[in-house]
Amino acid sequence: MKRSLSYYLQLGFTLLICAFMVVPVLMSVAAGLTNNYFQGLSSGLTLRWIEEVLALYSDTLWLTLQLALATLAVNLIVGVPAAYYLASSSSRWARIFEELIVLPVAIPGLAIALALIIAYGGVHGLRTSWLFILIGHVLYTLPFMVRAVLAVLHSINFKTLEEGAASLGAGFFRRFIDVVVPNCKGGIISGALMTLTLSVGEFNLTWMLHTPLTKTLPVGLADAYASMRLEISSAYTLIFLVMLLPLMIGVQWSGSRLRKPRA
Amino acid sequence: MSARLTRPLYLMMLPVLIITCAFFLIPMGKLILISIGGEEGGMTYWHALTDSRYLSSLLQTLVLSIATTLTTLTIALVAGMFLARNRFPGQSALVSLLTFPLAFPGVVVGFLVIMLGGRQGLSAELGLLLDGSRWTFAYSIVGLFVGYIYFSIPRVLITVMSAVEKMDVMLEEAARSMGASRLHVLRDVIIPALKPALIASGAICFATSMGAFGTAFALASGINVMPMTIYTEFTLGANVAMAAALSILLGLITWLVLLLARSVSGANTTPAA
Repeated sequence: MKRSLSYYLQLGFTLLICAFMVVPVLMSVAAGLTNNYFQGLSSGLTLRWIEEVLALYSDTLWLTLQLALATLAVNLIVGVPAAYYLASSSSRWARIFEELIVLPVAIPGLAIALALIIAYGGVHGLRTSWLFILIGHVLYTLPFMVRAVLAVLHSINFKTLEEGAASLGAGFFRRFIDVVVPNCKGGIISGALMTLTLSVGEFNLTWMLHTPLTKTLPVGLADAYASMRLEISSAYTLIFLVMLLPLMIGVQWSGSRLRKPRA
Repeated sequence: MSARLTRPLYLMMLPVLIITCAFFLIPMGKLILISIGGEEGGMTYWHALTDSRYLSSLLQTLVLSIATTLTTLTIALVAGMFLARNRFPGQSALVSLLTFPLAFPGVVVGFLVIMLGGRQGLSAELGLLLDGSRWTFAYSIVGLFVGYIYFSIPRVLITVMSAVEKMDVMLEEAARSMGASRLHVLRDVIIPALKPALIASGAICFATSMGAFGTAFALASGINVMPMTIYTEFTLGANVAMAAALSILLGLITWLVLLLARSVSGANTTPAA
């Protein structure tokens, strides 16, 4: 098939944009593995910077993982039932609640963090605890979990399935666990991956909520960018990207899996 | 039957409502109280909107966010149309590469801008080669603009692509067969068809840019975008009332823009990542 000139112009433009997105990432990866970035790759490759980052910042890695998993746990326990309520109820309140849940995403993280500090910063022990950051992460990620599950619930006829189960004598919670949850598994997985990805990369809220003893990976990155040499910053970024990569692949995979049956 | 099915429904919603009330509504209420409870009372807002320091910060952030939104929409429209309409080897890899940075936090984007336009960045090396001087743009408003475009492209592109996939190709072909030029098809068929998606993703892009903090933080440029000003007021200035007032103004702007976009486009505007 012969392609027109405009095809190649558009292809060129798209490739240019792609280079804009990818080249700085590759540069950063290279810098994190090079002995001396200013001399270039000829100075030799090394894992020295990675080791140094792990020695300096490994606690931020663990805290980030811990926060992401805890955020996920909370979102699963409270978010999935909430989505079920929103899909089942047709009352005016359900719409108001839905707006309310999504509101924290419409307001800059910095404002929410400030509000949290003003309201609860004085509570003994909470300000210095990782739970303070957890609150922020849950507020910020919950809408994505609820929306993902809600989308699946809207697309299946779960009422009929439930009525079938009810006619066989299944009680409410039994039906929820055995009928509703398995049927919106796709939405739960996609919401869960989104939760993990967002929590791992969250900075706007976390920067305000963190303390010297509760630093997450993005907070540590900001720290390194401001005070460490370029190689260490780059190696640290590389570790972050490695952590993010499987999550991002998962998000894309679950997204395409959810889209397929409808297309 | 259905009455029996829906009986304990409120129980399912209760935990989320408790969390939202305790950790969002009450803190936000306190934030409002603090903002009018300073020495100047409600005048803090007047001050925030008239003092040249705050006003210029607000205007700079607005201009930066609007410019980012328009540029990103243009880029995403061209690239998104192309990627959604053509099939070629490596296409899905290209889409993955373009959307992968979706999850990068603002600080990382700031660092990537330094990689491109910092003192040891790509453009500095290029400048040394071409005219012997280091070209840097990372620490100026250009660096911020580049960074904001960087984190906006993935999310806008995803929305535009899925809207293009849902678009009716017949309309376009009909217009073309009746002799409409490419430009006319773009103006009279494609853009109107994509309008809801463009408005929705544009609003999200604008709101995200208004609230973005990490990129400005990492670039440490002299430019005080609103979130930076709020942060400085709170930590260095210890002016909690002003920080609260500015936060509320900023939150109101982003929320209203998202609300307006939704009522105009009818599309779902939930900011992604």
